[in-house]
Amino acid sequence: MSIRLENISKHFGTTQALEPVNLDIHEGELVGLLGPSGSGKTTLLRIIAGLESADRSARPGRILFGERDVTHVHVRDRRIGFVFQHYALFRHMSVFDNVAFGLTVMPRKERPSSGEIRARVFRLLEMVQLEHLAKRYPAQLSGGQQQRVSLARALAVKPDVLLLDEPFGALDAKVRQDLRRWLRRLHGELNFTSVFVTHDQEEALELSDRVVVMSNGRIEQIDAPDTLYRAPRNRFVFEFLGDVNHLEGSVRNGVLTCGDAYLHVNLPDGAEELLLRPHEVRLAEQPSDTCHLPVVVTAISPVGAEVRVELEADWLAKPWLATVRHADFERLGMKRGQHLYAHPRQWHRFNDQMQPAAQATRAA
Amino acid sequence: MRRIGDAPAVRRLLISAALVLSALFLLLPLVAIFAQAFSQGVMVFWANVSNYFTLHAIALTLGVALMTIPICLVFGVALAWLVTRFSFPGRRLLQTLIDIPFAVSPVVAGLIYLLLYGRNGWIGSWLDGHDIQLMFAWPGILMVTVFVTCPFVARELIPLMQAQGSREEEAAATLGARGWTTFRRVTLPNIRWALLYGVILTNARAVGEFGAVSVVSGAIRGQTNTLPLHLEQLYQDYNAVGAFACAALLALIALLTLAAKASLEWRASRREVLT
Repeated sequence: MSIRLENISKHFGTTQALEPVNLDIHEGELVGLLGPSGSGKTTLLRIIAGLESADRSARPGRILFGERDVTHVHVRDRRIGFVFQHYALFRHMSVFDNVAFGLTVMPRKERPSSGEIRARVFRLLEMVQLEHLAKRYPAQLSGGQQQRVSLARALAVKPDVLLLDEPFGALDAKVRQDLRRWLRRLHGELNFTSVFVTHDQEEALELSDRVVVMSNGRIEQIDAPDTLYRAPRNRFVFEFLGDVNHLEGSVRNGVLTCGDAYLHVNLPDGAEELLLRPHEVRLAEQPSDTCHLPVVVTAISPVGAEVRVELEADWLAKPWLATVRHADFERLGMKRGQHLYAHPRQWHRFNDQMQPAAQATRAA
Repeated sequence: MRRIGDAPAVRRLLISAALVLSALFLLLPLVAIFAQAFSQGVMVFWANVSNYFTLHAIALTLGVALMTIPICLVFGVALAWLVTRFSFPGRRLLQTLIDIPFAVSPVVAGLIYLLLYGRNGWIGSWLDGHDIQLMFAWPGILMVTVFVTCPFVARELIPLMQAQGSREEEAAATLGARGWTTFRRVTLPNIRWALLYGVILTNARAVGEFGAVSVVSGAIRGQTNTLPLHLEQLYQDYNAVGAFACAALLALIALLTLAAKASLEWRASRREVLT
């Protein structure tokens, strides 16, 4: 079932939680709403669910599930599955009763027989690998198990769309990783439309078909994860999607200077700020004719596929972060306190009006 | 390592002070009540209790308590629901207003009701024209009893419902449950212990209320005399044994209430350990 939002906005009192938003989610898509706290992503999800109502302004918005206009349909009749951040399991009911709840509250005419309910609940519990815990109570389960129960409960009523509010936010890293993979697989198998909220960019990029990046109640960009990372539309998206190094200075005659550091750039005169990802910083023992950026190594973290190196210099307001291949790390014999020169492989710039990105590539 | 404030001398002093005070102010009077009630033997005690006026007072007291409880229950749940699940202008004011019956002296409450609903009162004179008498009759006793006891249930529920939040009810709604079903299957089971606790407190207060009831009841023997009022009359009539027999009955009800409360607390704490 596709989801279409037209001109949806929301005020809480006098604060605007959502600026008018338009969004199309295709059938079978897994879409992540990504943003910092206060960006309106949870509000948007709750409006889709019907747990919150959108503003009734002069130009009222619409919410469509497929062809069905659900703008004024009560949450219980929208046929959604909602997974809450802290699970919201019924604490006085067993796991079985939790999952069966949606089936047992159906109107008598549509309600399956108790044998059918039993069969369906156990099928769902099997799917989330919890059939052996059917008699337990929520408080006796781990966080990851509770989240799976909450998912099974939401799926029991065969919803048209599945909505998840920070589904893995309260879990530790390892469990989170497992559940993510598991949700991705489940989504592929059952083929429903899902929307989930997260503030974790890695989670959003790994899990989603498309990511909706939000800030301050506004949609900043909607794109597939790789497009989003390669071609961020504005500075907010660029900075939110990963670590960023800043190089501020003024350009004169094609040279950007900042203290005793300089870099040849093909830009007009004036104040300038360039942004670099950690992997776009190359380190060498010598400066070049076009690039003189002296730095001191202040911290080294050799964990993972690459070595993360923190760099400081008196011309830098904030330390830089660079990722270096282990081979290069050994070749340079890097240690703390060592003096090196940074060479941008590539840099990005966004002007203040949040216009599309300008990018430049340099020979390293 | 000793914890802060855990010096043996201090501890011994506090414990003995607590024990001595409890004995002097709680235990001794309780023992004295029963001692006095039975001072002339069980037969005299029984004669006083089985006296028609006493029996009537017992029936009236228990009857009023039984009617008060459901009223307070519905009022308390509705109020707690309103205050914790909705935000509206005046919500905080309402939360403060709930406490008025606790803050106001019961005698004052009784007087206000008398002024409003008495034969010469604003509402009472109109009711009198329609042959409805509230004051100096059991409806008046019920009204003031409800007034003094109505905060108990709400006060038990509000902090609990605030802490639990509305997530489970939202979850029920997303699963298609209607309002009443959600209340019956999700909300009520979550608040049942607090609810019972509120009922116990309500009952204790309803049975023992003196001040407000004494103003509006008229204390007509065999008609509008509740057990506490009857007790006072007996005492004024120099019937000490009779008065203490009634006191013993009231104390017994209080003890039963306390036992019920303790057993509830014990069960609730055991549930927490379990889950």
